[in-house]
Amino acid sequence: MTTSSLFLLVLGLGVVGYLLGRKRALAVAKATGQRLHSLPGYYGQTIALYTVVPALLCLMAWLFVQPVLIETRISAMVPDSAIPEGGARSLVMADLRRIAGGLDALKEAQNISEDDLQALRAETSDIRKELGDVGVAIGSEVQGAVFEAAKAFRGAEITGRFWMTVLTLALALGCFMITLLRIRPEARARNTSETFVLSLLIGASLVAILTTVGILGSLLFETINFFKMYPAKDFFFSTVWNPQFRGGSDLGILPLLWGTLYVSFLALVVAVPTGLMIAIYLAEYASKPLRAVTKPAIEVLAGIPTIVYGLFALITVGPFLRDYIASPLGLGSSSSSVLTAGLVMGIMLIPFVSSLSDDIINAVPQAMRDGSYGLGATRSETIKQVILPAALPGVVGAVLLAASRAIGETMIVVMGAGAAAKLGLNPFEAMTTVTVKIVSQLTGDTEFASPETLVAFALGLTLFVFTLGLNIIALSVVRKYREQYE
Amino acid sequence: MTQTSPKITARNCQVYYGETHAIKDVSVDIADKTVTAFIGPSGCGKSTFLRCLNRMNDTIDVCRVTGEILLDGEDIYDAKVDPVQLRAKVGMVFQKPNPFPKSIYDNVAYGPKIHGLARTKAELDEIVETALKRAALWGEVKDRLLAPGTGLSGGQQQRLCIARAIATSPEVLLMDEPCSALDPIATAQVEELIDELRRDYSVVIVTHSMQQAARVSQKTAFFHLGNLVEFGDTSQIFTKPSDPRTESYITGRIG
Repeated sequence: MTTSSLFLLVLGLGVVGYLLGRKRALAVAKATGQRLHSLPGYYGQTIALYTVVPALLCLMAWLFVQPVLIETRISAMVPDSAIPEGGARSLVMADLRRIAGGLDALKEAQNISEDDLQALRAETSDIRKELGDVGVAIGSEVQGAVFEAAKAFRGAEITGRFWMTVLTLALALGCFMITLLRIRPEARARNTSETFVLSLLIGASLVAILTTVGILGSLLFETINFFKMYPAKDFFFSTVWNPQFRGGSDLGILPLLWGTLYVSFLALVVAVPTGLMIAIYLAEYASKPLRAVTKPAIEVLAGIPTIVYGLFALITVGPFLRDYIASPLGLGSSSSSVLTAGLVMGIMLIPFVSSLSDDIINAVPQAMRDGSYGLGATRSETIKQVILPAALPGVVGAVLLAASRAIGETMIVVMGAGAAAKLGLNPFEAMTTVTVKIVSQLTGDTEFASPETLVAFALGLTLFVFTLGLNIIALSVVRKYREQYE
Repeated sequence: MTQTSPKITARNCQVYYGETHAIKDVSVDIADKTVTAFIGPSGCGKSTFLRCLNRMNDTIDVCRVTGEILLDGEDIYDAKVDPVQLRAKVGMVFQKPNPFPKSIYDNVAYGPKIHGLARTKAELDEIVETALKRAALWGEVKDRLLAPGTGLSGGQQQRLCIARAIATSPEVLLMDEPCSALDPIATAQVEELIDELRRDYSVVIVTHSMQQAARVSQKTAFFHLGNLVEFGDTSQIFTKPSDPRTESYITGRIG
């Protein structure tokens, strides 16, 4: 039985459980003459939940665990001699999985029995050709040991799937029967099903948290590997970034961190005042029809892919800054510069700041405005002295959100600021950021276990800690000033 | 109390909210150094009319006011008049206490700072202290002037809002149901305060409570469905109303 039909079967059982449970609850209530504690639907719901959820959880766990177990067992069956010179065990295992899959196709196409299939030997027949005939191409001649392992692999998978089906169905049916038999008028089905839903909700939120922990864990693991090969002191304090393919690289984070902060700072200098002024205009001054047009128009900016912004930086802003500002002033002749990336990224961030701030300013109670107007304040006095202070925590939150985006941005930097890691103050020079270097270190032909590659994880972790810190600051600022108006 | 020179004179005042005719042909004289109460059932237009007196309705787009409203003989809807200046002269206290999210001191100092009433910090301190004293709040907050105004109790917040309005030295004080969000004790304090304020200001108060109108006001105007039904001395309105609608309202048959 395939996994999807098993899945549908369990769901079907759940539906049946709902209907039966409902019916039985009514029947039991009638027979005993007692009033039901909950509406009949709740009894059905309890059965459906108990039937479906544990069974599906079991199915999911099995699907995760089975491949790992089989893989390790079969991998041990492949002798080292079967691994070709310069190849890797993982390649042989990939071949092996293809052969195992091919055997099913072979059985189907040639209509041979299971016993004949088991009797097949790599030594006696041309497995590669036969598999090729049924559309499964194998890279090299199939060795005896590998073929035997492939057969074992297939066998284990078939057994595994069989037990998975049995266990899942048994669990579904077992829970179904138990809960069905436990229906009594005084049973608190409503509370039970609510507790169940509650645990589902908790489970869902755990998924998000566990994912974060998982990401952090994988980053941390590789980062530790990196620091085993490369001294942490040099990574954090060296001012030179100069990776070499043959080893002996300088991998100092400072130039990258500086580039990141410089570009983000410029972007915020562009985005925050503009965005805030847009927000004030839209929230306090613009007429309804104007607002209806302007707000979506600005939000279109947020929908432009960053690569398109990158193109804009590369072919328009960069050359413009070079030809009209940098060259005449003698500040540089590079078309990619920190300023280019900062400006374009700032434009990208404008809708973030303006849209969020607009919502926040709108959320300031009308009573605040009335109070201020009632004292004879003008609109702009009211905005400056009452509305903005009241909206401040939200605005800070919006700005920090924009800052996180700026720090994590990659495409605009690659195309606008270049890829040269440099520590400098001149905004017309090319510089680069942490994210750009993560990409370039991981997308190369270098060996995965070298410090040149693993440094990407250390960079990623540093960045993660950085944005996490920003978010914590944002949260505490917002918490400190929250609820100042009611 | 001189009947000859009213502080505010309204003549044939009409207010429209879009298509709705909210105030129909209201004419009234509001005397100086007197508490005038506007009473009437919900939706009768008393708050709307109050908001016309300091042009707060200007902030509502669809609102249109016609007719004549004179403050000391000058038309406040004249093109020459700056509504912002007008509101400094005609202060307002709202139904729900709405202190700004600032310190108690800054709440009171807000108006004087905007209008440049104080040249030095000492003068400003003086104004704040006087205003808080007149609002009968000084004793309770003098040790925590820098604490946020939103941290006060409801009654204290409302008295803070009154202090805030007084601090700009207005000539008229408009109060839109100032006690409806307060408990009886805070209400009593605010009512006492209103009686005090009568010595210096012309006070106009909108209220739902007829007992309150009877307690604090000298003049009462009864509004019904956008019309000014009856206007006269409070004692006369509550004892010998001339209009049957006023009588029904006061005796609790309508509203």
